[in-house]
Amino acid sequence: MNGFFFPAGFFTRNETLVALVILGFSCIATVSDPNFLSITTVSDILRASIVLGILAVAAMLVLISGGIDVSFTAVAVSAMYITTTFTLAYWPEMPWPLIFLLSICIGGLLGAINGIFIAWLKLPTLIVTLGTLSVFRGFLLTFVGSQRISALPPDMRGFSRLMVARGTTEGGSFYALPLAFVALIFVILLTWFLLNHTVLGRTIYALGGSVESARRIGINVLRIQFFIYVYVGMLAGLAGIIHGSMSRMADPFSLVGHELSVIAAVVLGGARLVGGYGTLTGTLLGVALIVLVQNSLIVVGIPSTWQSVAIGLLILIGTGVPAWQAKKAAAEAA
Amino acid sequence: MALPDPGAFVSMMGVTKRYAGVTALDNVDFRVGAGEAICLAGENGSGKSTLLKILAGVEQPTEGVIQIDGLQKDQLNPRLSAAAGIMVIFQDFSLFPNLTVAENIAFACQLTQHQKWFHKRDARTLATVALERIGVDIPIDERVESLPVAHKQLVAIARALASEARLIIMDEPTTALTEREVRSLLRIIRMLKDDGVAVVFVSHKLAEVLEVSERVVVLRNGCKVAEGPAEEFDTTSLTRHMTGRDVPEHPPNRLIETPETLMQVRNLNKEGSFHDVSFDIRKGEVLGITGLLGSGRTSLAKALFGLVTPDKGQINLNGRPIPLGDPIAAASSQIGYVPEDRLTEGLFLTQSIIRNVAIGRLDHHDKHGFLDLPALVGDASKWSNRFKVKTPYIEAPVQSLSGGNQQRVVLARWLARAPLVLILNGPSVGVDVGSKSDIHDIIRSLASSGLGVVVISDDLPELISTCHRILVMRLGKIIDEVGAGTVTEEELAYKLAS
Repeated sequence: MNGFFFPAGFFTRNETLVALVILGFSCIATVSDPNFLSITTVSDILRASIVLGILAVAAMLVLISGGIDVSFTAVAVSAMYITTTFTLAYWPEMPWPLIFLLSICIGGLLGAINGIFIAWLKLPTLIVTLGTLSVFRGFLLTFVGSQRISALPPDMRGFSRLMVARGTTEGGSFYALPLAFVALIFVILLTWFLLNHTVLGRTIYALGGSVESARRIGINVLRIQFFIYVYVGMLAGLAGIIHGSMSRMADPFSLVGHELSVIAAVVLGGARLVGGYGTLTGTLLGVALIVLVQNSLIVVGIPSTWQSVAIGLLILIGTGVPAWQAKKAAAEAA
Repeated sequence: MALPDPGAFVSMMGVTKRYAGVTALDNVDFRVGAGEAICLAGENGSGKSTLLKILAGVEQPTEGVIQIDGLQKDQLNPRLSAAAGIMVIFQDFSLFPNLTVAENIAFACQLTQHQKWFHKRDARTLATVALERIGVDIPIDERVESLPVAHKQLVAIARALASEARLIIMDEPTTALTEREVRSLLRIIRMLKDDGVAVVFVSHKLAEVLEVSERVVVLRNGCKVAEGPAEEFDTTSLTRHMTGRDVPEHPPNRLIETPETLMQVRNLNKEGSFHDVSFDIRKGEVLGITGLLGSGRTSLAKALFGLVTPDKGQINLNGRPIPLGDPIAAASSQIGYVPEDRLTEGLFLTQSIIRNVAIGRLDHHDKHGFLDLPALVGDASKWSNRFKVKTPYIEAPVQSLSGGNQQRVVLARWLARAPLVLILNGPSVGVDVGSKSDIHDIIRSLASSGLGVVVISDDLPELISTCHRILVMRLGKIIDEVGAGTVTEEELAYKLAS
């Protein structure tokens, strides 16, 4: 069966598996509701993938380098909320590209704090980011504010109305793809280029393979790690401000708590927690699957309260099956 | 490769290195000429690794001068050393398991040239050229983690060559290789020499060291104790310089008369690994099992301890059958197994010596569900003292010990459980001459005390000097059995390869 279904070899199996599950799910959904297979569903899913997708790309980068970051949701929400309150207080008419830039910079700054602890003080990444997750969020709620702001700066609201495509299907249902989707595409292309076509990107993979080896051939581990956490912070800042604009509300209580579903999407896509492995294709498929489950489980007749069970089972199966196959192969080789 | 300077490529003069009061290297002079092959010999702790690290730029000398191409270098770091053409191949090869062969080979080169963009095609070309230069064929798009050890080493050598190495330092290059792989490595080293690449060979496998080197430098306790052309040394004199004493190899102790059978192995079979293997182990006997890599010796060894599940067959200990494929049952029927790769399979590296020894005895000190800690600690320290584990304190992590001492810790753990049969897979792999001889003494005394010992090894002198009987395996079958003292090393080597 393996030879038939997964001809591309062991390392692509996670991707194949996830793609098959998505395909299977879509088939079942179409059978139970013919309306499922429509441009409206696709645009809904793409729209829901934007914030999750950018955050997943960030989380994947950290996993590849051999670390784990759980603080990116706090970074995202802090960057978004600080940017919004700052803009409202000092320059409410600030054009949206500047608002975005500000949020990205704040995200980068917060990421740099992670970077300092991890690269210079050489503390374990999980411990540092667990700590900063709490600290960033606590700091935000205590010193910046804990009010939901629905009167956003006008240009942020304006951004959420910018569309790359919109229309009405023949059946009369409305669909739209916001400009924010372009941001996701941009992040994907940028990260793809970084990981596959720069020495810096390959160094991130190398770091995940073996830190000691990296140090011995003269890689500046400190600088690379610092870069990773700043880059991740910047992506989180971008995701945060997009989340704020699209939900048309700056909510300091949002996003935090979703970090594990983001990491779940990345792991589903084949990135390994031990580092060194992970592809954008896998990560995006993982995101697509999670979004599909979150949005469309109801279509196949599973109540939405079963969402987290379904996601949990997908993780267990999606990462368990390849791991079990690898173990069996190893036992046979012994 | 033509070199502008006909003299020394690297010279170290009066180099001393102190770590917190401990002198690791004491006023050592060391020079390497272009295209020269030098053997740096010494036991663990003699200062060889420190010398390596100084050359690699990983450590800075406390005193002394280093010249490269006649120019004095005040401060070396890994990048400067690499740029000067000094490449160290560490024992673990320092490769990236998750990257392809091509990328691993191209990586160091990209770094020294400060490249920004990664071109897959360039990396593949560079790798192909480097691999062709040493005349080996390894699929360059394969991930390094799926390569056998010998190929990983070749990748490491190719990586050094790709970044224009003029001096390649190999730390214990042959530890993980079989005899045949060592041959082809030596061939490659000769080829490099002809190319004008100098090679420093750090090893304590004596025979091969002498075969390939032009000059030998021996370190002991941080001092250079001998230096000269390789022809002036032989195994005995080299051993004497390294250890400062004579280490004679004894023949095995005489077997006691009318020994009773301890363990019976009958028709043990595992498809693709070993076929229809039967033998007996008697009380007080040391049984050697040898064969080339892929002969099934390692699978057989693991099967005896239940780590590999045979398809059929039977193992009896003192007449009682032992469940197959169940290491816990094997351990509780008093079979001990010391794996070949003690670092990953045999030890808890970051844990203390005492804990590593005590882990085998936890159930003996279980008092109604609570652990009798004082008794456990006393027990464990008794055993590590008995095996002369050299350590400043018993709470030191096992990873701080030398190979020989780590092997003693593993042995102490098993012997604390009073086994009837002890299976030793490669007992002296990565262990220096002095410790090796001590381990052989331990094997002899264990056998004299009535244990059955199985030694799985491809170190022929080791087998000849410790075993009463040697089983030779090829393609999963036992093809020959030779008695103690009836075979020479050459004859045994011939049987293995034939």
